[in-house]
Amino acid sequence: MIPRHLLIGVAALLLLVVSMGIYLRHMRQQVKKLEPPAASLSPVAPPTSGPTETVTLYVADDAAGTLRPRSAQIPLPGGRQQRAEELLRALLRIYQEPGAAHPLSPDADIRSIYLVDPGAAVIDLNAAFADQHRSGILSEQLTVNSLIETLAVNVPGILRVNILVGGQTRDTLAGHADLTQSFDVLTIEQASNQ
Amino acid sequence: MSAAPSADEKHISVYSPVATYTLPVLERAGHEYVGLLELLEPLGRVSSESDGRRLKLRYNAVDAEFAAGKTRAKIRGRDFDFSTPFLIENSRGLVPLNSLSTLLPRFLGTTVNFRESARRLFIGDVGIQISFRLDNGSPPRLALNFSAPVNPTISTEPGKLRMIFKRDPLISPGTQSISFANKVITQASYSENNGSAELDVIANEPLMASYSNNRKTIVVSAVEPGTVANGTPGTATSQSGPQNPAQMSTPQNSGSPTASQNPPQTSPQPPPPAPAAQTFHRPLAVVDPAHGGEERGAALTNTLAEKDVTLGFARLLRHELELRGFSVLLLRDADTTLTLDQRAAAANVARAVIYISLHADSLGRGARVYTSLLPVEGPSNGAFHPWNSAQAPALPVSKIVSAAIVATMRKQEFPVQASPASLRPLNNVFMPAIAMELAPGPNGITDLTSANYQQRTAAAIADAVASVRDRLGVQQ
Repeated sequence: MIPRHLLIGVAALLLLVVSMGIYLRHMRQQVKKLEPPAASLSPVAPPTSGPTETVTLYVADDAAGTLRPRSAQIPLPGGRQQRAEELLRALLRIYQEPGAAHPLSPDADIRSIYLVDPGAAVIDLNAAFADQHRSGILSEQLTVNSLIETLAVNVPGILRVNILVGGQTRDTLAGHADLTQSFDVLTIEQASNQ
Repeated sequence: MSAAPSADEKHISVYSPVATYTLPVLERAGHEYVGLLELLEPLGRVSSESDGRRLKLRYNAVDAEFAAGKTRAKIRGRDFDFSTPFLIENSRGLVPLNSLSTLLPRFLGTTVNFRESARRLFIGDVGIQISFRLDNGSPPRLALNFSAPVNPTISTEPGKLRMIFKRDPLISPGTQSISFANKVITQASYSENNGSAELDVIANEPLMASYSNNRKTIVVSAVEPGTVANGTPGTATSQSGPQNPAQMSTPQNSGSPTASQNPPQTSPQPPPPAPAAQTFHRPLAVVDPAHGGEERGAALTNTLAEKDVTLGFARLLRHELELRGFSVLLLRDADTTLTLDQRAAAANVARAVIYISLHADSLGRGARVYTSLLPVEGPSNGAFHPWNSAQAPALPVSKIVSAAIVATMRKQEFPVQASPASLRPLNNVFMPAIAMELAPGPNGITDLTSANYQQRTAAAIADAVASVRDRLGVQQ
């Protein structure tokens, strides 16, 4: 015959084990909730600092075939180069919204912008920007005009712009707009106003 | 580079009430083939899909299904048998030439007359008839009266004036050779080969040809002394615009063909008198169907590529420009690959008066006209221009052409927009240059393959270009 106190001790131990198991499972679920999904490839928002400024973005409208100026409040860093990159990323976010009037791929991004004195800027797009861009003269030219005019109006001193894709020169954006030449800012502004 | 079809290549010419065009003929296993899509596209709305082994095709409301390597197809739900197998190459269906006279009526529902040995295909009642009338005066005149306006290429060689009818559905006068009872103009002969008809007038003296009766009559006459100096020397070809008289003079005849004494045929109406001697050159327009071959351009639908729309559109524009007195060089007349530099070089070498690049897009409505996005520069100081800004000196005239197209289309209530674009090879050609982008019409994306819609657009472009021909440096 097993002594009664021994039975009570074993039962208490079993209860403790079950309770610990339940607690462990609960803790694991809590940890899972806190961890970001491993497969998420969403770009991390860039750490911007500096005061919020009102800027004018030149937003393409496919249906009208024109650029429309739009005011936006965005935080801009102090450096010219970082400021230029933030400007164009803000423009890209408009094109990546659902139902945009000039849709661009969600994977499209600005790799970097180089400001070279005197008056030259180089916009380096990522490969997805060009590879997934809609093919057609109107659509491609609107994209080019929109990037250049937004940059030139908000970052003073830019007179001409080159566009690279993935750090390299590329013949066309998506089969039409010629990217091999430098774009004259004044000419683009005149073209956009026509 | 296949900027223009060479004389050695085999071609088939198709004449129909809606379009006249030429297609390359391919040889496969000893048989002649032609692309089925290319054949049907100018005639109506065509869509197709292929998995490489089977080809499903819809022409207007007619469905058809073909299998690669098979001689049996299904058209309108009924079997159709080829004499040699149907082929599929790069998702492109090839039909044997010898089946066209029975195959096409199934699709078109109209009569088709295919002159296989000459590779000339007549759809419906489009044939142009010819009659001859000889005036034995001094100098003698041979009037060739046609049942519709014609536009042959005229050239000369000793003892012969040759007219080649490539785009005119001229049909045989009933006999291959007609002899005249005249010591100077002795004979006319008709032949047809490789998609063209040829009419030769044989004479013992230099000849000249002039148009009259709204190009329905060509008067061939011996050259009177003193008029040769004003004509084009040698064997050069010279033609006029639709309303302008043209004249060719031949060099002195070196041979003397034998004249038979058969009486000439007569026509009911005497031809108007030949106009005064004067030489006109047809201005050359270069039409460039963008993309092609490996380079498909924009995917307009799941099955429709931009390169196919631009080719059909270019053929129609060629026809419309030719009707308005232009010679036209089509930079590609088949599904071939050309680089942008090759296109620019071909246009520059041709020394055309205008370059028109054709594109298509599913975005927006109507049409868009583009000029080169270059800063306007002053006149060039030398004979050489930088390759990337060769267009700069011609840009002001390019903008005049663009404005004329916009004005013409708006008059016809056709939605149109003009703007500059950084588009090659516009920047690299030194003559006035524009790009046209055809967008859907009121019926949506299906308009891009509609012969009527394309025809209307092409006619408007040709009207506008003709209206500014004096600004292109063309002598009237």
